[in-house]
Amino acid sequence: MTDLVLSVENVTKSYLTTPPVHALRGVSFDVESGELLSVVGPSGSGKSTLLHIIGTLDLPTSGDVQVAGHWVSERSDPQLSALRAQHIGFVFQQFHLLNGYSALDNVADGLLYTGMAASDRRDLAHQSLVQVGLGHRLTHVATELSGGERQRVAIARALIGSPSLILADEPTGNLDTKTSDSIVALLEELHEDGATIVVITHNREIAKRFPRTLTLRDGAIESDTAQVLA
Amino acid sequence: MPTPISPSKMNPSDLIRTATVGLRTRRMRMALSALGIAIGIAALVGVLGLSESSKSDLLDTLDRLGTNLLTVEAGSGIGIGTGELPIEAAPMIARIGPVKDTVSISAIDASVYKNDLVPAGQTGGISVQAAGPDLLGVLAGDIAQGTWFSDATTRYPTVVLGSIAAERLALSSVEDQPQVWLGDQWFTVIGILHEFDLAPDLDRAAIISFTAADLYLDHDNVPTRILVRVDPDFVTDVVDVLALTANPENPDEIEIARPTDALEAKEAADDALTSLFLGLGAVGLLVGGVGIANVMVISVLERRSEIGLRRALGATRRHVAFQFLGESLLLAAIGGLGGVALGSGVVYAYASFKGWGVLIPTVALAGGIGAALVIGVIAGLYPAIRASKLSPTEALRTA
Repeated sequence: MTDLVLSVENVTKSYLTTPPVHALRGVSFDVESGELLSVVGPSGSGKSTLLHIIGTLDLPTSGDVQVAGHWVSERSDPQLSALRAQHIGFVFQQFHLLNGYSALDNVADGLLYTGMAASDRRDLAHQSLVQVGLGHRLTHVATELSGGERQRVAIARALIGSPSLILADEPTGNLDTKTSDSIVALLEELHEDGATIVVITHNREIAKRFPRTLTLRDGAIESDTAQVLA
Repeated sequence: MPTPISPSKMNPSDLIRTATVGLRTRRMRMALSALGIAIGIAALVGVLGLSESSKSDLLDTLDRLGTNLLTVEAGSGIGIGTGELPIEAAPMIARIGPVKDTVSISAIDASVYKNDLVPAGQTGGISVQAAGPDLLGVLAGDIAQGTWFSDATTRYPTVVLGSIAAERLALSSVEDQPQVWLGDQWFTVIGILHEFDLAPDLDRAAIISFTAADLYLDHDNVPTRILVRVDPDFVTDVVDVLALTANPENPDEIEIARPTDALEAKEAADDALTSLFLGLGAVGLLVGGVGIANVMVISVLERRSEIGLRRALGATRRHVAFQFLGESLLLAAIGGLGGVALGSGVVYAYASFKGWGVLIPTVALAGGIGAALVIGVIAGLYPAIRASKLSPTEALRTA
């Protein structure tokens, strides 16, 4: 029996605007430990909303999400913060690195809210940066790094502390083709090392390179290659 | 069964480090807002310090001069009297038990000029007074140059000038035994006095001895003022009997004053000014606080993506609130420390310039820092709550 890292059960998300927007309409799927899957879909299909709900940054209107064995609906806001700190790593399209901080400190901040001692966090950050191929850029501040390098720093930050799940929101959205390829290759390497990664992308070419692709359209799952394979 | 999640937590050192993010990345803006607080605190510390230093100087002066000096004068003017005291007033007063020393002063109707060529009208506002030999002792006065009257010099036409009188007669030295034209005669200047704290009018006087007044100016030597030193424990008792003793027939015509009261009254007037400046300092501090609140609100708006990131990394609402509150507190503390340093510097410089002992009350120092911290908390509270209530998804979306 394989470990279930993520379980999305009949999740809906509606915004009470006029007219109401139904961003997600009964989405259900499971992700097992060690999987690398892409969630692909056109703009407005609900990809980012889904990522935020999986990442516990937002709550579903109905349905529930289980991350690393914890049902989101049963957890308080501080507990969800703790869940993110210990089990979920995020990679964003805009990198979200703190300017003025070195690559090492940016990565070490990935474990800032776990209460781990600063020296231990920096040791792990060092390992993490070496893992993404930036062992030679430890002391460089964000503004001294190229776009690809910044995204690698962001990936190293998501990776630090070996979270149960890494969520990447359009990780290649701000990068040129060549750099995008290297980032996808890096994600594939991490997957081979055992990391569970969900990548949100609108780029079908990139989505196709991953073992499993889940296609969203108008807030519902249009196809899931895992089910096709099964 | 899933492994239990331990709550998100932050080491205190990390809390301080995250509170400095804004200070490090927006240095000029933060420095200017800290300056606002610094000016307010500097004003408070400066005003309190200067007021205390000046008060301490007054106490020193009072200690030196003693508060046991009384002046006895005859009231003058329409329906009051001649302005002269009875000739026997001084010996009568000297007989009062707690009276330790007395000296009589008699105003002479004469003028003094630099030489005999100066027109009569140009008196320079200098009065001529005859005074007893104990004047300096009773008034705690001091000679600046030359000498005071001796048994030998009292018999000759000699004069000692008050500090302002000497200035107006353009005399800065008595080495060459300068002479002045006093009451249509030449008088030799044998001394120049330091300022009198307790009888500033004598600074503008040319003082001669009673003997000389009698011999050369044919003055009657009736006292117009008697200065009385009394036992400090019996000042009020002496005041009660002084008028009757000085002029038993018309005690109502006698005016009694305590010169140190004037100094204390002046200090009380300064106190009112101190309150005004303290008020202005408090307004300055309030404006500084509003400045910090403003900068923090802008900071929260500008750093929404950072707030979103921190929430994604596992920060609780409380962590975010503490980060911004800490930043505001730190900003105010820097301003407070800077203000205390600035205020103390001003007090030190001004007090040294005035020759006062530097005295900055601890309550001003501690209060300055404390006030800054309180302002920091109040100013940072709203932005911190606002930051903590920001939805993570909204914060990340605005990047």
